[in-house]
Amino acid sequence: MSERPALLEVRGLDVRFGAVHAVNDVSFTLPAGPYGLGLVGESGSGKTTTGRAVMRLAPIGNGSILVDGRDVTRLRGAELKRSRRLVQIVFQDPDATLDPRMRVGSAIGEAMLAHRLAPKRQIGERVGLLLENVGLEPEHARRFPHQLSGGQRQRVAFARALAVEPRMLVLDEPTSALDVTVQARILRLIAGLRRERRLAYLLISHNLAVVEELCEEAAVMYLGRIVERGPTSALLSNPSHPYTAALRSAVPHIGVRTHARPLVPGPPPNAAEPPSGCAFHPRCPLAIDRCRSEVPAVRPIATGRVVACHRAEEVLAGG
Amino acid sequence: MIPGQPRLEIRELTVAFGARVVSDISHLAIAPGEIVGLAGESGSGKSMTATAILGLGRTAGASVSGSVALNGRELIGLPERELRHVRGRQIAMIFQSPVGSFNPVFKVGDVFERALRLHGASKRAAREQAASALEEVLLSPNLLDRFPHQLSGGQAQRVAIALALALRSEVLLADEPTSALDVTVQAEILDLLRSVRKESNMSVLFISHDLAVIAELCDRIAVMQRGKIVETGLARRVLTEPSDPYTRELVASVPRLGTGMVAG
Repeated sequence: MSERPALLEVRGLDVRFGAVHAVNDVSFTLPAGPYGLGLVGESGSGKTTTGRAVMRLAPIGNGSILVDGRDVTRLRGAELKRSRRLVQIVFQDPDATLDPRMRVGSAIGEAMLAHRLAPKRQIGERVGLLLENVGLEPEHARRFPHQLSGGQRQRVAFARALAVEPRMLVLDEPTSALDVTVQARILRLIAGLRRERRLAYLLISHNLAVVEELCEEAAVMYLGRIVERGPTSALLSNPSHPYTAALRSAVPHIGVRTHARPLVPGPPPNAAEPPSGCAFHPRCPLAIDRCRSEVPAVRPIATGRVVACHRAEEVLAGG
Repeated sequence: MIPGQPRLEIRELTVAFGARVVSDISHLAIAPGEIVGLAGESGSGKSMTATAILGLGRTAGASVSGSVALNGRELIGLPERELRHVRGRQIAMIFQSPVGSFNPVFKVGDVFERALRLHGASKRAAREQAASALEEVLLSPNLLDRFPHQLSGGQAQRVAIALALALRSEVLLADEPTSALDVTVQAEILDLLRSVRKESNMSVLFISHDLAVIAELCDRIAVMQRGKIVETGLARRVLTEPSDPYTRELVASVPRLGTGMVAG
């Protein structure tokens, strides 16, 4: 949707785990930052696997992932290492990234040394600056992870990701394990870093409101496929896919007592035995015969928006 | 039961680990059929409060003093034998991890049978009550033959609620019961709790860090910080016009749909 050249271009991405088609023909682009693309969906939708595939942390079956124009699915050795520096990841659980026996300073410095970004004698100073940049003190470098709070540990995870000067981050539910007041501070940190460092990011989240705060564009995933993608505000205020509409209506609100019946009955389907046709049809209030037999193609529906639904025009008109 | 008497009433309840007081509640009452939200962040003491209500504070290694009354009957200090009858039968509890709260080696039907027979039902009556309880939560009685790991998170949470219904519990302590569920499944469970309250007049203490969920489900709210209730009142009023500074910060921290991008 942007005229800027793509920093990340994912084309026809396929990831399978045995019988489960975790990511099915997924395509999207991310321009150079500052820019945020939110990947939303429920458990098993493939959003995390898509993020991991971009990091080459998932087995890529088909498709290509171009970072700055180079297909990372074909890179090996030193070239892969170089491309990995451009894209870094922050996980939901900072404890999964931080070695409990390593001091914060060493954990961050290690990443700089691995990519030879600074001579050893400068590392300490650079680590201190980075810690300040993520809202911590240089003194925190001497601490062990368990001496920090959950929010502070997540800040360290950001510092470590930023240590190699990436152009893009994959943020996998970066605030989901945090208390709400801490979450609010981390969201402000992300907004600040994005501005200062002109970062692009893929924000993976189940929380539509978080995606709305941080992302120009959002893609909604269901059972391995992107079912709708477009500017976040347009997509959330006027969805063109019934699943987007259902997700939005299921979000609880403070202040308005909606008591809306959930629009999608029943649990998400079994990923190992996906329904025929459109995977959403068994839960879709608008399903017709065509939906049961024919997988809807991803097609343009409005400016900068694509959707995979046979009845998208009606959904869009219905508001 | 005396008219106007709260179903559950807590007075001067203190739960402490040694010198560290984790919950210190001067007063909290829940009327029959009322849903009260207990809100707070990690470590605010909301879960330990529930543990103490169930009479499990000492089992958890804490010292408990004060009063917890169920229909006017004091529970603190009751012998374990009598408490065991209160637990499950009168006060049921459901947890954040619905699958994890079941013993993995028992089928759903066995869980119901053991619980109902413990409280006096015959084997046959237990089976029938279990099947009808599952139907009340919109599940198929076929699920009685499943093991917990064969249930989805939403199904397991429904089964846990059905168990409370089958035992005709008067109070349901729900500790973050939808926090591990997807948002569409969460909406269904909230719907179910609303209808359970309506049909069976069950009182619910709904413990959650999620203020938006509390706003949608609960009649009243008590906000906890460092073991104390800092603000209480009608959920809608407290969450739209919070008066305590901590409640204000909590409410302001909740990301909301429809407010647009904050990142520039």
